[in-house]
Amino acid sequence: MRWKWLVPAIYIFFLLLPIYWLVNMSLKTNDEILSIFSLWPRDLTLANYKVIFTDASWYSGYINSMIYVSINVVISVTFALPAAYAFSRYSFVGDKHLFFWLLTNRMAPPAVFALPFFQLYSSIGLFDTHIAVAIAHCLFNLPLAVWILEGFMSGIPKEIDETAFVDGYSWPRFFVKIFIPNIASGIGVTAFFCFMFSWVELLLARTLTAVHAKPISAIMTRTVSASGLDWGVLAAAGVLTILPGALVIWFVRNHIAKGFALGRV
Amino acid sequence: MIAKQTNQKAWFMVLPVFLVVAFSAVIPLMTVVNYSFQDTFGSNQFFWVGMTWFRDLIHSERFHDAFLRQIMFSSIILAIEIPLGIAIALTMPKKGWGVPVCLISMALPLLIPWNVVGTIWQIFGRVDIGLLGHTLASLGFDYNYTQDPVAAWLTIIIMDVWHWTSLVVLLAYAGLCSIPDAYYQAAKIDGASRLAVFRYIQLPKMQRVLLIAILLRFMDSFMIYTEPFVITGGGPGNSTTFMSIDLVKMAIGQFDLGPAAAMSLIYFLVILLLSYVFYTVMSNIGEESSNGGA
Amino acid sequence: MNLSWMAWTKPTATFFILIFCMLVAMTIWEMKSPGGAPRVGILRFETTRGDRLFVSLLGAAYIHILWLALFPGLALWWAFAIACVYAFCVFKWV
Repeated sequence: MRWKWLVPAIYIFFLLLPIYWLVNMSLKTNDEILSIFSLWPRDLTLANYKVIFTDASWYSGYINSMIYVSINVVISVTFALPAAYAFSRYSFVGDKHLFFWLLTNRMAPPAVFALPFFQLYSSIGLFDTHIAVAIAHCLFNLPLAVWILEGFMSGIPKEIDETAFVDGYSWPRFFVKIFIPNIASGIGVTAFFCFMFSWVELLLARTLTAVHAKPISAIMTRTVSASGLDWGVLAAAGVLTILPGALVIWFVRNHIAKGFALGRV
Repeated sequence: MIAKQTNQKAWFMVLPVFLVVAFSAVIPLMTVVNYSFQDTFGSNQFFWVGMTWFRDLIHSERFHDAFLRQIMFSSIILAIEIPLGIAIALTMPKKGWGVPVCLISMALPLLIPWNVVGTIWQIFGRVDIGLLGHTLASLGFDYNYTQDPVAAWLTIIIMDVWHWTSLVVLLAYAGLCSIPDAYYQAAKIDGASRLAVFRYIQLPKMQRVLLIAILLRFMDSFMIYTEPFVITGGGPGNSTTFMSIDLVKMAIGQFDLGPAAAMSLIYFLVILLLSYVFYTVMSNIGEESSNGGA
Repeated sequence: MNLSWMAWTKPTATFFILIFCMLVAMTIWEMKSPGGAPRVGILRFETTRGDRLFVSLLGAAYIHILWLALFPGLALWWAFAIACVYAFCVFKWV
């Protein structure tokens, strides 16, 4: 049992090694990457990052991704809040089936929807806009948000609702003033998960955009297939996509464990 | 369990979610059904062909292979990630400075865009510039994931383990954290072995989160697309062409709308059945444990 | 808004209208006798009428596909007949 700590330690080492390699490559020149094999950069350079921050076709990708991810998180959380409340407090016709149907959309492969999505959003004139990607990502994020929030809400005793109504609170006032502060950490965790799945998704985001809303991940695949050579810039772009995620984890680090149990444990 | 009040007005609270998801789910699904019975020569001209696509697909070698590959991949992934995840969660520190370090570094791979995960491993595994590929090559292994199907499979499996085991770990860890200390003390007094503690205290408490973990891991591995697409593009040959990759190849690459739609529907039916089985099992276990606890 | 990209046909439209009618009928039934007649059937978990309808429809889809796989030459109406019998059994025993 004394060597117990070794298991997570080795695992974390295994997790960080490929990421280290990416960072390592992003700090090398392209010549060095291709000519000498070294565990750390001999000729430390920030040129690769400079390319990304000065070339609009690169950095606009980050801005596009940020915009649609934020829209998606806002829509998911605000729409899911009342719905999750309804599922956790009331029973109504078809509630269980509705809940299951929502979950199946979380489970449905995006590949199935990619083609009709292209035509659907083209026909209503939303193709290549941020809002289109944000709504498309709602397909799996809204069910997830309802699922997580419902878990957190079921943990709040019903007496809180009843006392508030006896005290003469109207439903909207009760919801905003009393209920939401009570599940604040749940909302944070939900926002974290919505951010996560919208940020990492590529297939739908790539299908629904062409120029103006193209996400950074799609720009990266294009570069691979077109030049396939500039490994340094590619690695730098990869490192920059990891940073927002790392920041978000830092903010929710105290809630991660509970959040992953979806509030139900 | 709280007795829920029956109130049909609750539908109004659910309505916004229902409408948004229905817009993105029902209209495309109907379109897929329509396409699956028709042939098209472009410019929105369609011809009714009945069940032809379904009949072709069910008997096509290509579909069988992709389907088998998919089942095999998902089973391997589950067989590795679930036990490994539990083992790591059991050995993780419960308090002290190690907890945030573990949680943050383990959550990190989950927040990397999927194609970047692919890129990371594509680079990492290359013989000329990657640490893994270079090390293996200098040790004398003949490793090349772009030409050798076995190497390609191994790379994708290790990548998936790298990418997703943390999800299982974090779920299992959340389950473990909910066990009160009193349980362990009682077990100690009874002189229970390590194995007995795991079997009778830890496993039952983790049951629910583990089911969620299995459900999520199974479904997500069943629809894996981006990572193998970036690393191998489905190759060498067709050896890593999983269902989603095959589907996108057909729908967007070759623009065979009808066959792609038929494949989408069968794919969706498989997912629907599996989700229903998992969901039923999960809610029944939830009810049992809450009845037992009350 | 142009809907031609959805490529509607009479048979598929009929199919979706039928499904929609079933959902409406189930809702009316539920209003007439609330609770959904839950019971524990041969699958050993509690089902309501909604569950039974879902199991019937999903099973029907699988029966049709299996029929195509096993007897590609024969008419699909046979599969449809089997699916109807199956649905009857589900409503009776599951």
